[in-house]
Amino acid sequence: MIVNQALFCFFSVMAVVSAILMVTRRNIVHGAVFLISTLLATAGIFLLLQAEFLFVVQIILYVGGIMVLFVFVIMLVNLDVSLRQVQFNRQKYVAIVLTIVLAAQVFFALWIARNGVNLTNPSFKMPARNTEAIADAIFQHYMLPFEIASILLLVAMIGAVVMAKRRV
Amino acid sequence: MGHLIPPSIMPYVLPVVYAVVIVAVLPLLAGYIVLLERKVMADMQARLGPMRVGPHGLLQPIADAVKLLLKEDIIPEKADKFMFWFAPLVSVTMALLAYSALPIGPAFQIADLNVGLLFILAISSLGIYGIVFGGWASNSHYSLLGAMRSAAQLVSYETAAGLGLVSALLLAGSLSMKEIVQAQYDQGTWFIFSVPVGFFIYMVGSIAETNRAPFDLPEAESELVAGYMTEYSGFRWSLYFLAEYANMIIVAGIATTLFLGGWLRPFARWHDHFPGTSLEFFDVIPSLVFLGAAAYCFWLAPKQPVQIQKLVMAAFGGLCLLLAVAMAVTLFASASVMAAVHGAFWFMAKVIAYLYAFLWFRFTFPRYRFDQLMRLGWRFLIPLALVNVISVGVAIVLKQEFGWPPFWAMLVMTIVTLSVAMWLAADDEKPEPLLQAADTEL
Repeated sequence: MIVNQALFCFFSVMAVVSAILMVTRRNIVHGAVFLISTLLATAGIFLLLQAEFLFVVQIILYVGGIMVLFVFVIMLVNLDVSLRQVQFNRQKYVAIVLTIVLAAQVFFALWIARNGVNLTNPSFKMPARNTEAIADAIFQHYMLPFEIASILLLVAMIGAVVMAKRRV
Repeated sequence: MGHLIPPSIMPYVLPVVYAVVIVAVLPLLAGYIVLLERKVMADMQARLGPMRVGPHGLLQPIADAVKLLLKEDIIPEKADKFMFWFAPLVSVTMALLAYSALPIGPAFQIADLNVGLLFILAISSLGIYGIVFGGWASNSHYSLLGAMRSAAQLVSYETAAGLGLVSALLLAGSLSMKEIVQAQYDQGTWFIFSVPVGFFIYMVGSIAETNRAPFDLPEAESELVAGYMTEYSGFRWSLYFLAEYANMIIVAGIATTLFLGGWLRPFARWHDHFPGTSLEFFDVIPSLVFLGAAAYCFWLAPKQPVQIQKLVMAAFGGLCLLLAVAMAVTLFASASVMAAVHGAFWFMAKVIAYLYAFLWFRFTFPRYRFDQLMRLGWRFLIPLALVNVISVGVAIVLKQEFGWPPFWAMLVMTIVTLSVAMWLAADDEKPEPLLQAADTEL
């Protein structure tokens, strides 16, 4: 269990620290690198919870797919121009109030659960083959919502292509 | 030995040993694949290739490695230092990490994940960051263009290659690499014979993903110097090189596992289908191959011009002889040992055959233009892969619900897929209406 706790601490610290670094870097490409490491650390926590399918999907979709496109777009941007622009928002006081409220909520939740939940040692056991369990859930119990969601995405994709090719 | 290791860490010992072996052996293997590439290229162009270092250039990879390690490490003045340092590490780490789920024979595997195939795909798709960030950090136009081409190419072809793999996964019914091979054993056929179209799509996709010719636009010399690697030199450059060849072995390993029967020898279940006849002589082939190689080395040894080269050639012959003896000895060992060693032999043989096809394509086809590359990916391979997945699904339904023999179900649906492919190809030949419209407007 000590290994599990050490890994959990490693991944969570990595996720939080990279998330902070991501929003504070002036260079947008460095920001992208730290966003990637945040996503990877989250994937590691999924793996620690024995959700290996979620772990792999997190890496394939977010890190391997979406972030590659992000980086691709970032490289098309002229960085010299964006570096000279104001990168931090001025609504400081609203942000501070919101942060305090959110922090209070999180600490309240942790305080309630101080005896009940062991974060690093989930009491429930995942079924050994939870990939099949996810497939069953998606394609049998939630077939209709799943199909509706895919059609919505398809419509959005076709719409984007049509709008981008307006000239024709 | 066993009592020296506490039982609590016992399950970690063997995987760690395998991991160390893979990290140690892979650079050497990559070096020898480069030598193979140069020799095959020389052969196809009626040249001799490397001949100076060692007999017939057999020690050339080691000389190359030493040269690369001793070269000056240059970081451009205006480069982003941290990213420049970091990017090759990403490429090579991800390439090596992907080996952890690849089964080299039934026994040699670091971890048998039940999402093994997805894990390998996920990890190896992260290698692109090494290329993209390296190209960006160099702060050079050639590097950046190479990196962007690479990213666009990978995103396009990953989809097609993944859908090609899905057709074999439908037949296997599992994502675990071991169970995929076991499924091919149980069904008595390699999946390349069940879904040849899927194999073709994966092969094209994997060439594009590893940036090999004819899809090597990210490093097209005539346009981009060396693409994303332009500003790299010495050890960092060799890390990119190692990552590229490690990725080639990975995609060859995936193709071998999914389509070419993994570690199964040819006609693995001949016994069951044709009782009485036997093809057991296939078990002797590994020994014979190494014996033949040894004989060839010994025959060449006296013909070498220099004394030391004669000795080195004889040493290589002795090595092959040793391997032949080892393969022969395992025939009389227990069944599991024989399966492990011979499985590793057949796996490596198939991987090398697949890599040979890569080299062959490189010296046969001219490089694609970028718009041709994109058109091939998006308008031919991805639609074809989708149709292929559907028709494999239909074939499985025909087999399960209507009791068709698997062979006929697959044959009919493959013919359907191929006719769709011909229609797609014919459609592709027509001049593009969009471009024409744009021309008239301009």
